[in-house]
Amino acid sequence: MKQQIIVSGIGGQGVLFLTRVIAQIAVNRNIPVLTSETHGMAQRGGTVLSCIKVGTFASPLIRKGQADLGLILWDANLDVHQGLLRPGGTIVINSQAHGRGIRLDAASMARNLGNAVLTNLVLLGAAVREDKIFCTRKDCEEAIRQLAPSRFVEQNIAAFHLGLEA
Amino acid sequence: MDENINIELLMGNEAMACGLIEAGCQVVAAYPGTPSTEILQAVADRHGEAREALHVEWSVNEKIAFEVALSASYTGKRSAAIMKQVGLNVAADPFMRSAYLGIKGGMLTIVADDPGPHSSQNEQDTRLFCLQGRVPVFDPASPAEAKELIPIALELGEKYEMLTVLRPATRICHSRQSIERTEITSMARRADFKRDPARWAATPAFLPRLHRELNSKLEAFAAEDVIQPRKIDGDGRYPRSAIVASGIVYSHLVDLLEELGLSGSIDLFQVVVPYPLNPAWIEQLKRDYTRIMVAEETYPVIEMQLCHPGAFGKHSGDIVKEGELTPDVLYIALSHFLSLPATAPAPEENRGQRPSLCPGCGHRSAFYSIKKVFPKGIFPSDIGCYTLGINLKAVDTVHCMGACISQGAGFYQSYVQDQKKDFPTVVVTIGDSTFFHSGITALINAVIQKARIIVVILDNAITAMTGGQPVPHMGINATGAETKAIPIEPLVKASGVEFLECCDPYDNQHFEELLRAADAHIRSPQGSVAVLIARHGCMMQPGVRQQQAHYAISISAACIACRRCVDAFECPALSMDSENGSAVVDQDRCIGCGACIPVCPVAAIKGE
Repeated sequence: MKQQIIVSGIGGQGVLFLTRVIAQIAVNRNIPVLTSETHGMAQRGGTVLSCIKVGTFASPLIRKGQADLGLILWDANLDVHQGLLRPGGTIVINSQAHGRGIRLDAASMARNLGNAVLTNLVLLGAAVREDKIFCTRKDCEEAIRQLAPSRFVEQNIAAFHLGLEA
Repeated sequence: MDENINIELLMGNEAMACGLIEAGCQVVAAYPGTPSTEILQAVADRHGEAREALHVEWSVNEKIAFEVALSASYTGKRSAAIMKQVGLNVAADPFMRSAYLGIKGGMLTIVADDPGPHSSQNEQDTRLFCLQGRVPVFDPASPAEAKELIPIALELGEKYEMLTVLRPATRICHSRQSIERTEITSMARRADFKRDPARWAATPAFLPRLHRELNSKLEAFAAEDVIQPRKIDGDGRYPRSAIVASGIVYSHLVDLLEELGLSGSIDLFQVVVPYPLNPAWIEQLKRDYTRIMVAEETYPVIEMQLCHPGAFGKHSGDIVKEGELTPDVLYIALSHFLSLPATAPAPEENRGQRPSLCPGCGHRSAFYSIKKVFPKGIFPSDIGCYTLGINLKAVDTVHCMGACISQGAGFYQSYVQDQKKDFPTVVVTIGDSTFFHSGITALINAVIQKARIIVVILDNAITAMTGGQPVPHMGINATGAETKAIPIEPLVKASGVEFLECCDPYDNQHFEELLRAADAHIRSPQGSVAVLIARHGCMMQPGVRQQQAHYAISISAACIACRRCVDAFECPALSMDSENGSAVVDQDRCIGCGACIPVCPVAAIKGE
């Protein structure tokens, strides 16, 4: 099994947390995993990108036209990062507008749960619902429980379920 | 799942921290800087895992971190100093001499490079620095390998009593990988400094001998089996051709060859130690290959040492010389080298959203007032979150840690020669951590040279840009234990500054009054440097938001669409709705700080 995933957003949206959740699922399933992340100044509200490579890879970076799945948390980033997707790759995007990919107003759903930053897990839920990511509902719930701060675990799981059932 | 028990998902920086602890390091010192910061952070978080006493410190700057670790090595213990690539410039003085004098206990300097650059003021190559310094340098190709190389570097360092460097690039530091933990070593060493002034205090009379010994040790080091280039044989499809790569670039190549169905088609060498290279290997390459592609970041360090007539690399002009060697850039190089079909030219790069100061950041309020009071001022600034004051047009220069005060003084000296009393107001902005790092000496210099400048210390009580490391005035150390707090004000006064005021920049009116008073001071007959401390906690720190007033922010119909809150104040939670001719608040990003309220000229920003 090999899968290349990008997570795109802006600093403060929880791109790193979603990256860790997906990578942790691979670890839990005993699949090799590599990620690359954006740290530093860009985290102050600038465009950030994570690459996640699940399976036997050496490099943490994804080349243009190679990603199987893109989770886009910030609508305007589609133009910036869609070139990384392979032909036939899947985009799951937080957007209120019409356009390319599987679209859902994840930010509104997250806001209704009490925190817009949960957009990240709503999108993960949608990717599992569409069967476009290597992991299952149970895998995701397990990793979220491992990584979310204990007082936010149930809210995080709820956000994931919203995406799963949207 | 038993076989999984020692597998952890680790960021490269965390992996290196584990490597230091597992190898029995007992003194580890660093100054934060992207992409290296999380290494010491993780050593501090995990220091309880160590089997022996482990001193972890955020030093005031990189030079100090290096010197602290150096003396630990003199006592026979293992130690490490950690910094980003430009941090090695700050530590260059002790670093260069340490090559000659050597060490006792293994001492590893981890220097994180930032090809790109992503978060740095240049993309200098630490491997070239090590070549100049004559210090062996390891170049890991993955987070796991970065960890594996640590005990090897320490052991060889001890064998030859030589300083060693581990050079991870950003893509190692900030990658995560499933990594196996190994047993934590107990070195069982007692501090035992053996006096040897001919070495540890070597005067010029002793240095030729030490230099000679260094050169012969480098030769022996280069021949060590464990650091020889690793080779994957090709199947003969590309006779008398080879690829040589080091660091993360090697890993990009492995995946790229696999993607193209070319794995195992051409001889592929991974260089683990780019300096010193084994002369026998260099000769072998000259003998066995007509063409060699050399792929490395950022400067052609291996290629220049190889002096191969058939080299295809940066020095030969065949591979782009600047920026990151991403898999896409490598594909272009590889397609030329192996005559593969070229890909369509890449479309213009769209960089996306630019970063901004966080909503509620006290720096934004300070910059807004500075620009408002001195529209024609000159604004030297420095390294940190507040570099983003550039978006508010209140930052004109950013150079290196601590440069802003000396640059501000230099601007003053140059203008005052021509314009006497009519010199422009120079307002310098420097963060609290940068002030301690290297601002204090520059402040003393500005005072004794009678530079009439305003220095604004932006004090958010944290090293914010790198994720919140403690600063000397907080009174806590790397592991969270209490220590002596060193407040800023007495330091400023002791530096000879006679005008010193402090205020919360959220109170724009008061801060602007102080800026005008400071300007009057520097222009008065006895005037000199004026210092203002703009003090407001960092919004990223727990508890800061809870301790300040919270407002529900809305824009009323009174908005005249003047754009002041969007352009001059530049809060990322505010934008213009051009259809309705009004500013709008993004409630997901607004934190309700109310700092924008005084900015609106028609009081259309409402806070309840």
